[in-house]
Amino acid sequence: MADNRRFTVIDGGRAADVDEVEGTARARRAEASGRPVAIDLDERAAYLGVSAAERVKALASLEAPDFTLPDLDGRLHSLSQHRGKKVLLVAYASW
Amino acid sequence: MYEELKGLGFTVITVAVDKSADDARPWIEAAKPTHPSLIDTAHVLADLYNVVNVPTILWIDERGRIVRPNDVAFGTDTFKYITGLSAATHLAALRAWVRGEAPALPEARIRALQSLPTDDDQRARAEFGLGEWLFNQGRTEAAGRHFAKAGELAPHDFTIRRGTMPMRGIDPMGPQFREMLGSWVKAGNPYYRPLAE
Repeated sequence: MADNRRFTVIDGGRAADVDEVEGTARARRAEASGRPVAIDLDERAAYLGVSAAERVKALASLEAPDFTLPDLDGRLHSLSQHRGKKVLLVAYASW
Repeated sequence: MYEELKGLGFTVITVAVDKSADDARPWIEAAKPTHPSLIDTAHVLADLYNVVNVPTILWIDERGRIVRPNDVAFGTDTFKYITGLSAATHLAALRAWVRGEAPALPEARIRALQSLPTDDDQRARAEFGLGEWLFNQGRTEAAGRHFAKAGELAPHDFTIRRGTMPMRGIDPMGPQFREMLGSWVKAGNPYYRPLAE
């Protein structure tokens, strides 16, 4: 029965439902390739992150990494839509 | 400030690093911004730009290049009595850059000032990511374990240590925050790290 249990792998921010054998194998492969992995065997879920090396390479190039995020109405906006303008990017929070 | 400068090929993009759109909603509805005002519950921006506290600002030029790396700046002097940071300094520099009266920082200086993520920062973000997913599944206790682990891996990352407090049932302005801040500062660490200029 154990190998039929469901397991969630979150990769690139998206959750995929796989079986436990497949899920733990994906987590191991990601770890072996140098990615940070957070895993919870009791909760049967793993999060595959992005390595420092990849993030450092992108930031050190000084090319602003593109992102797409929703506004309050759920409308998506990307940084790249504003190419040709100077941008003040502000991260803030209610806390 | 945005209204004054928007005709000059300039925009502001604000990103709320909050657990839900509803947490950010009162702020956004009060400010009624006409520029993009976005919500980042999964810390997408924090992961891409190594954002470890708020407020964090960056300048990005017309070609999509970072010309001022992660810096601390406030839009008003509301918190100046705590932070010692005056809003006017950043606003004056921003105005001069947007109007083309002064260049942004030279590339060598940008690189010298940039803070880049370590392996532990990225491990912390993976723990946060798992915790955030678990929280949204209603697995609050399990989420809390991963948030705690994330905070141990990156004790300087307050988007994690303070930003997850509302998901752990902790008041992010309350005694547990003040205690965390107190021990951090007492150990000789700054809570805000504005660029050395």
